[in-house]
Amino acid sequence: MAEPGKTAFIDGSRLMIEAAVRAGAEVFVGYPITPANLLYAYSSRRFPMVLPAPDEITTLQWMSGFSAAGRFPVTATSYPGLALMIESIGMAFMMELPMVIILVQRMGPATGTATCGAQGDLALLRGINSGGHPIPTLCPSDMDDCYTLSARAVELALRLRCPVFLLSSKEMVMTLRSYDLSRLAPVTPAPREHYRGDGPYLPYAAGPDGVPPFLPVGNREHQVRFTASTHERNAGLQHSTPEALENTKRLRTKTESNLGEYTLYDYEDRRSDTLLFSFGITAAAAREAADNLARRGRPVSLLVAKTLFPVPGEYLETAGRYGRVIVAEENQSGQYREVLFGRNGREGVSGVNGIGRMISPAEIEREVER
Amino acid sequence: MSRSFLSTENLPFCSGCGHGLMARSLEKALQRIEGLNPLDLVVVTDIGCIGIIDKQFASHTVHGLHGRSVAMATGISMGLADPDKKILVLIGDGGATIGLHHIMEAAHRNIDMTVIVHNNMLYGMTGGQPSGLTPCGFRTSTMPEGRPDNGMDLCRMAHAAGAAYSRRIMALGDVSDVLEEALRVKGFSLVEAVELCTSYGVKFNPGRKLTDIAGDAGMTPVLLKNPEASAFRPEADRDTESLFHGVPAPEKRFGHNLAGKVSIILAGAAGEGVQSTAEMLALAAISCGLSVTKKGSYPVTVGVGFSLAEVIISTKEIHYTGIAGIDAVMATSREGLQRALPRIEAMKSGSVYLDASLDRPETGAELVHRDYRGPLGYRSASLLCAAHYLSRSGIFPIEALLEALSASRAGRAVDAAELLKAVEEMERAGV
Ligand code: SF4
Repeated sequence: MAEPGKTAFIDGSRLMIEAAVRAGAEVFVGYPITPANLLYAYSSRRFPMVLPAPDEITTLQWMSGFSAAGRFPVTATSYPGLALMIESIGMAFMMELPMVIILVQRMGPATGTATCGAQGDLALLRGINSGGHPIPTLCPSDMDDCYTLSARAVELALRLRCPVFLLSSKEMVMTLRSYDLSRLAPVTPAPREHYRGDGPYLPYAAGPDGVPPFLPVGNREHQVRFTASTHERNAGLQHSTPEALENTKRLRTKTESNLGEYTLYDYEDRRSDTLLFSFGITAAAAREAADNLARRGRPVSLLVAKTLFPVPGEYLETAGRYGRVIVAEENQSGQYREVLFGRNGREGVSGVNGIGRMISPAEIEREVER
Repeated sequence: MSRSFLSTENLPFCSGCGHGLMARSLEKALQRIEGLNPLDLVVVTDIGCIGIIDKQFASHTVHGLHGRSVAMATGISMGLADPDKKILVLIGDGGATIGLHHIMEAAHRNIDMTVIVHNNMLYGMTGGQPSGLTPCGFRTSTMPEGRPDNGMDLCRMAHAAGAAYSRRIMALGDVSDVLEEALRVKGFSLVEAVELCTSYGVKFNPGRKLTDIAGDAGMTPVLLKNPEASAFRPEADRDTESLFHGVPAPEKRFGHNLAGKVSIILAGAAGEGVQSTAEMLALAAISCGLSVTKKGSYPVTVGVGFSLAEVIISTKEIHYTGIAGIDAVMATSREGLQRALPRIEAMKSGSVYLDASLDRPETGAELVHRDYRGPLGYRSASLLCAAHYLSRSGIFPIEALLEALSASRAGRAVDAAELLKAVEEMERAGV
C-alpha cells in the first residue's frame, strides 16, 4: 500500500475513478471504447456495482433508470459512444437526473484515430442540448484535477440535479506518472438531499436556486414523476403553457445562475500584456511555456480553465484586460476560442492549434514571441 | 390510500381505440395483486399514443424517449432491486421496433418487469406508417398496397431471448386475467396485445376484422414460457478496495547523476517486454527521487506488431508529457525500428541503441550497435538494452533497475546476476 508521502506510479484514470467512488458514485455502466477503457477497468474493481451495457444508448438509459431509482451512475466514453448517447443525455437533463459522463476525447471525425488524443469535442458539447441549454462540463488540467474535479462532478450533478461531463483526453487518462499521493485533498461523500416535505410532491417545483428537490421512484411517501417532454411542475406534459415554458427556461438558468459555485480555473497574473489561455491536456504545455518565457524575460499571464460550460464570465472579463490573448487547444480551428470570442475573434486574439499530436510548449512560446 | 392505480375516466385515446380497452383491463389486473400499493408501482412509457397514458396513473411514472422505455425500466428495476416493487412498461409496436434490442436484453437477463406492447400494427401518433410488427397484407398510410412480407414475431423472439413469459393476445373484451398472470411473473414478462387503431388501421383496411388481419398473417395468440429462473439482480454494494491499494510506489533509496531531463523511446515488438521494461525504468527512476512519465503505443491488436514506449525522466516535476528532443532510442526489433525511424532520422544528437540484427539508420545520433536479443533471449531484449543504456549513461545506478526488476513479474523470469553479466560483457566488447 502506498503510504502518504510516497511517490506512486499511476495514471489519471485511477484518480478519477477513486475520487468518483469516494464522492458517492455507486454504479458504473460500461461500454468498451478506446481510449476510455482504463476507466472501465478501474471501475470494475472499485465501483459498488458495475454493469456491462450492450451499447451506448442502453448505457445512458440504464444510467437514467438507476438515477431515477436514487443510485448515482457514471460512465466513460469517447465521441462515437457520446454520439449514440446524446438523445438520452438530453432526456436525463430534461428529467433532471444526476449522473457523470466521463468523455475521453480522441481524434475525429467519425471513428477517426481511436488511439490519438484530441480536444475536438468542444463545439459539440457547447450545443449538445436542443435549445442550447448547457450541460455543466469540468475539465481536469493535471493529475490533481483528475481527482478533485471527478469528485466535484459527482457533487455538482447531485447539487444541480443534472448530468455533468468530466471532459478529458487520451493522454490525460492513459499516461503513467510519478505522483505524490499525499497531495490529494480528502474526498468525502457528496451530500444527498431528498425532499422531506408533507407533499404533495411536485417533482419540478424548484426553490430559489432553481433546483427542485429530488425523490426516487419507488418511495412509499409521494408519487414521483419524471418526463422528457415539455412539462409543468407536476411533470404533466404540456405543449407550451406559461408554466411549462418557465420550467424549460429554468433548466437553463439553474446551471447558469449557480455557476459561481463551480467556476473553477487557475489564474496567474504575471504582469504582462499577454494572456495565455488553455485547458485540459494542453494546459501542461501552457504552464511549461509560461515558465520558460518567464525565464527568458518575456512573462505571460496564464489562465487555465477548468469549468468549460456554462462559460464563466470571468474568462472574458480577464481576457478583456489583455491586449493579446493566445488560446492553446488541440483542435484544428480553435473551438473554445470561438466559444469565447466568436467566429470573427477579436483583435489581439490568436490561437495555437493542431491535431494528431499534443500542442507543445515550443509552439506556444513561438506564438507569444511572434 | 385509494387502491386505484389508473384512472380510466377521460382516457386520451380516440373512441374505440384498443388502448382504452387495455387500460381498463390493466386497472382490473392491478387491483387483484394483493398488497400492491400504487406507490409500489413504477410505470414507464415513452412516445406514441399509449405513452400519454402516464398522467392517468396514481403510481410513479416515467415518460422517456421513443422506444427506450424498456432500457430505462431495466435501470430502474436493477436500481430498486426490490421484489415488492412492480415495474410496468407500456409501449406500442413502434417503440418495440426501435427499441427491440432493449427488449431482447431485458428478456435475456430476466429483468423483473412486465412489458405490454400495444401492437396496433402501425405508428398512430405520426400518421399511420408501418412498423416492424406490421403483418403481411396490412395497409398503412405509406404502404397503401399493404405490407408484402410479415412483421417480426416479437413473442417468439422474446421467448428465444429467455423471457420467462411471453404471450400474444387479441385486445378484445376483458383481458385482465392475462395481464394479471403476466404481472405475477417473477422476472421478465411480455404481453403483445394486437389492436386496431380506429383512426388509421380501420381507415386503410376498411371492413377487415382484427382477428382476420392477424389470423391471415399467422399472428395468432400464443403463450410461451421458459423454465422459472430467478429475476436478475446485479451484485450491488460490493465492498471494494481503494485503487491506491497496491499501486507501485517505490521508496527513494538511490541517488542520481541526472541534470535536467532525458527523453527515451523504447522501440520493439509485441512480446519483447517493451512496456514492462519502460515501467521498470520509470519505477527505478522514482526510487532515485526523480520525476517520470511513461506512455505506450501499439497497434489496436495488441499482441502483434510494434510496441513503443516513451519515458521522460526529470529532476523536476513534468507538466508536458510530449517528447521534443529525443535523448535515447532503444530499438530492439525491426517493427520497432520501422515505427520509430522518422524520429531517429531526425535526431541530431543523443544515442540510438540498436540490436545487432538491425540495419543502421541514417541519423545524427550516436549509434550503439550490440546484440540485445541474444544473451537473455528476445523476450528480454528491451530490458537488456535499458540496462545497457543506464550503464553507459550513468543517469542513475543500474541497481535501481535491478530492484524494480525483482519487484516485478518479469523478475521471476530474468536472473539479475545474468543481466548484470551481460551488460558488463557488452561494455567490454564495446567499440
Ligand atoms: S390514433 Fe390510433 S392508436 Fe392513437 S389513440 Fe387514436 S386510435 Fe388509438
